Amino acid sequence: MSSFKREKKEEEDGGGNPFQNIEKTTVLQEARTFNETPVNPRKCTHILTKILYLLNQGEQFGSTEATEAFFAMTKLFQSKDVILRRMVYLGIKELSSIADDVIIVTSSLTKDMTGKEDLYRAAAIRALCSITDSTMLQAIERYMKQAIVDRNSAVSSAALVSSLHMTKIAGDVVKRWVNEAQEAVNSDNIMVQYHALGVLYHIRKSDRLAVTKLVAKLTRMSLKSPYAVCMLIRITAKLLEEEGDSGNSNNHLFEFIDSCLRHKSEMVTYEAAHAIVNLKRTSSRELAPAISILQLFCSSPKPTLRFAAVRTLNQVAISHPAAVTACNIDLENLISDSNRSIATLAITTLLKTGGESSVERLMKQISMFVSEISDEFKVVVVQAIRALALKFPRKHSVLMNFLSAMLREEGGFDYKASIADTIITIIEDNPDAKETGLAHLCEFIEDCEHTSLAVRILHLLGKEGPRTKQPSRYIRFIYNRVLLEDPRFRAGAVSAMAQFGATCPDLLENIQVLLTRCQMDPDDEVRDRATYYSNILSRQDKSLYNNYIIEPMKISISALERSLQEYIQGDTEQAFDIKSIPVVSPLAAEEIQTIAQKTDGMLSSTGPASKPVQASREENYIKELSNVPELQQLGPLFKSSDVVELTESETEFVVRCIKHSYTKHLVLQFNCTNTLSDLLLENVRVQVDPSEGYNIVKEIPCPKLPYNETGTSYIILEFPSDLSQSVGTFGAVLKFIAKDCDPTTGIPDTDEGYGDEYILEDLEVTPSDQIQRVSKVNWSAAWDEATEANNYSMMNIVFSLSSVSTLEEAIKNVVQYLGLQAAEHSDKVPEGKTVHTLLLAGVFRGGADILAQAKLVLADTVTMELTVKATEESVAELIVFAIE
Amino acid sequence: MDGHLLEPTLYTVKGIAILDNDGNRILAKYYDKNVFPTAKEQRTFEKNLFNKTHRANAEIIMLDGLTCVYRSNVDLFFYVMGSSHENELILMSVLNCLYDSVSQILRKNVEKRAVLESLDIVMLAMDEICDGGIIIDADSSSVVSRVALRTDDIPLGEQTVAQVLQSAKEQLKWSLLK
Repeated sequence: MSSFKREKKEEEDGGGNPFQNIEKTTVLQEARTFNETPVNPRKCTHILTKILYLLNQGEQFGSTEATEAFFAMTKLFQSKDVILRRMVYLGIKELSSIADDVIIVTSSLTKDMTGKEDLYRAAAIRALCSITDSTMLQAIERYMKQAIVDRNSAVSSAALVSSLHMTKIAGDVVKRWVNEAQEAVNSDNIMVQYHALGVLYHIRKSDRLAVTKLVAKLTRMSLKSPYAVCMLIRITAKLLEEEGDSGNSNNHLFEFIDSCLRHKSEMVTYEAAHAIVNLKRTSSRELAPAISILQLFCSSPKPTLRFAAVRTLNQVAISHPAAVTACNIDLENLISDSNRSIATLAITTLLKTGGESSVERLMKQISMFVSEISDEFKVVVVQAIRALALKFPRKHSVLMNFLSAMLREEGGFDYKASIADTIITIIEDNPDAKETGLAHLCEFIEDCEHTSLAVRILHLLGKEGPRTKQPSRYIRFIYNRVLLEDPRFRAGAVSAMAQFGATCPDLLENIQVLLTRCQMDPDDEVRDRATYYSNILSRQDKSLYNNYIIEPMKISISALERSLQEYIQGDTEQAFDIKSIPVVSPLAAEEIQTIAQKTDGMLSSTGPASKPVQASREENYIKELSNVPELQQLGPLFKSSDVVELTESETEFVVRCIKHSYTKHLVLQFNCTNTLSDLLLENVRVQVDPSEGYNIVKEIPCPKLPYNETGTSYIILEFPSDLSQSVGTFGAVLKFIAKDCDPTTGIPDTDEGYGDEYILEDLEVTPSDQIQRVSKVNWSAAWDEATEANNYSMMNIVFSLSSVSTLEEAIKNVVQYLGLQAAEHSDKVPEGKTVHTLLLAGVFRGGADILAQAKLVLADTVTMELTVKATEESVAELIVFAIE
Repeated sequence: MDGHLLEPTLYTVKGIAILDNDGNRILAKYYDKNVFPTAKEQRTFEKNLFNKTHRANAEIIMLDGLTCVYRSNVDLFFYVMGSSHENELILMSVLNCLYDSVSQILRKNVEKRAVLESLDIVMLAMDEICDGGIIIDADSSSVVSRVALRTDDIPLGEQTVAQVLQSAKEQLKWSLLK
């Protein structure tokens, strides 16, 4: 022993950290000491600590090494030393996932778990459960049940916590311990109560009725443990949220959460306030007490409390900005908080709730501390500024200056990207801000180290620059990129320049000179682009410009890739037809909004998980539809509609329909869900009564639909040859053979079923189902071209939209009904205007291009003059007639 | 709306760490397989966390989508991590328990050398506070009572006179008996 002490001392003198220079191999060598008898507890504890330290430092142990150490460790059960024994338990837990045959210690642990020494029992249970699998659990089940209700709170807690871990491998077994857990909820010990509630809820969570009962019982009996109350609040809130607005029967649940606001523990009051503000059903009156609790926390001396309060208020500011204004003074005090996280959250909250007059003052305050906070928080600030800019367009110059100052500062990619994004959003939203915004961005790309960001900005300059008052000033900035940067920059710059050349005739000559220079570039891509653009520009042909420079390719890139691959493998005699590639639609406005909201949300989106790139809607459906052989002959999918609900969501059967348009066919996809546990449905199909002109080609029923599953049936229809008949209303009936079955097993009672049917809501086919949106960057150019060209036919109609009273509403209805894409941001109406022109573009199934111009005048009602140009006369007619 | 109702679960803690004043790990445990699964990611996170926290004594920070509460003393930094939606006060109670337990174990002598000397006990205490992400106990005195304090391991300088006399007597007795 003395030699060991000396050794330890020397280590300390040497490095200060006795564990610093230990090596795995040496320690494993030392672990052989474990086999000596009698066991030297001191020495062995120290060696074991070293092993655990190495594991904790992330050292990798091989399976053999771990198994050897594990078996040596089992020898230590001979010693009676308490600390050593406890360290052995820890070692078992750490090594159990790496070593083999760990079950060898089961009997030793079971002995300790049921023994007299209380210091062993709790820890032994937890160690035992880490080595137990589902089959062995049966063997120790009896002991576990006893342990849950043990008088010693540590033992009981350990058993409960371990049961919760065990539910992952043997949920069924743990379910049988529900009575014991129930008993443990009544325990006097706060932790036992908390753990018992956790186990009970986990066992019952799939059964809503049982959870309701549990909550009803526990809310009445006032739990002692603040942790358990927090847990109960969460369960209650979840229950409330799931039940939705179904009447006032749940008022007692809400009252319970409300009463927790007056709990003596801060932890509980905060949890309750947090739950209330996050419940969708909370009214502003109910919100008030929760807000005042948070307000109180704002002036707490504890940073954590302040942080918690501000973070929650920040969330509330998104949904109920008015409710938070009461706390504005407290929040302003927090701007100077020494914890920068709190200050940032306070300021972003204020930005969300503040009025137009306070913008300047707030921005000044932000600029004082923005350099001191982490990038993550800077992004939050930027997002708040974006929201602010959209709310108060008149303040754009202040905000823009601020953003450009931020751009010049140091920062990571995410930060810079979010600033650039914000500037771009402001430019797009607010025409007044365009010139200044572009100037700031030009300055930024002068020394921007993030290629992808710079390329995006170059693209934007190419798009927006030509249509400013002085396009020539941007060209210098763009051409500078060509001289300096790496190939990706240069390629982007070449494309941007070409845009100027195509749009501004007076600059064309200069652009050609620049492009010629770029043709000497050492990089292939840059040279290729320069040659391509230079050639097109030299033709002096407007329609070539429009189709190959100004408008981006409107087909789905991933579909193109797939088709090309198929083409290469197949017969290449015939030329590849690019028309067979589905047209990709720009994101619908609502989708953009949801994405924006997600990012606007606040910090939650900063998690480590990265979002996968979303495939277009059609892409997803193509995968699904390719499983149905009958649909393969129809050609490429043209468009898929939104999901249409044909039933209420709470009925026996839920049916949703998706309309897929092909060139000549319409495919109706019905997703049916069976919500009756005692019925098995077979041969499920939807019978439709199509309007005149439609031919039903084929029905594909869903053979079997058990409880809680969703099956799909299809109907293939042929579009009427007369286009005006293609718009109509279909009656629909769900038909099936029902078989009674056992709700638990799902096996039908008899082989014979009975036919039944269920009336669904009518299904409408509109023009928008047959039109894919196309985003036109330069709509007017396309329109002029259509006027000159002779393959376009034009239709004109004037009528009044009597049902709407604002221009915004009228625009929304028209866009939605026709399924066309608004171009050049014409779907946004400047405030106070009574006359507006809406520019629309799209492509009809079969490939006919559509351009439409809607002149809207607001008097008492909205009057619209709609002019449609389409490459097929019938298409233009259809649109004009459809809108009537 | 992005506000989240918290999922009712006992798995509250995503990680616990004790770092030294260079940001090196003394002890750390991560309880969620989806949060920093590899040792390398953990190290990077810890470095990052340390850089953000060692100067400002601000108690709480959001980092990499986690809420981290922290506390430092002399050359030690204690951290408790939870999901960004977690009740911060619960995390704080865990941190306080961790700190107080270590402080009691080390007899108020909360510094790196002392932690390393009693590393085994500190490990046991951490295990008693949190098991696989579930808070087992947040009361420091009950934690300390469970980790079986060694009585004879006090450094000479901190022993009371009576204790020194006692051990001297013992040694004398043994040498006489030989």
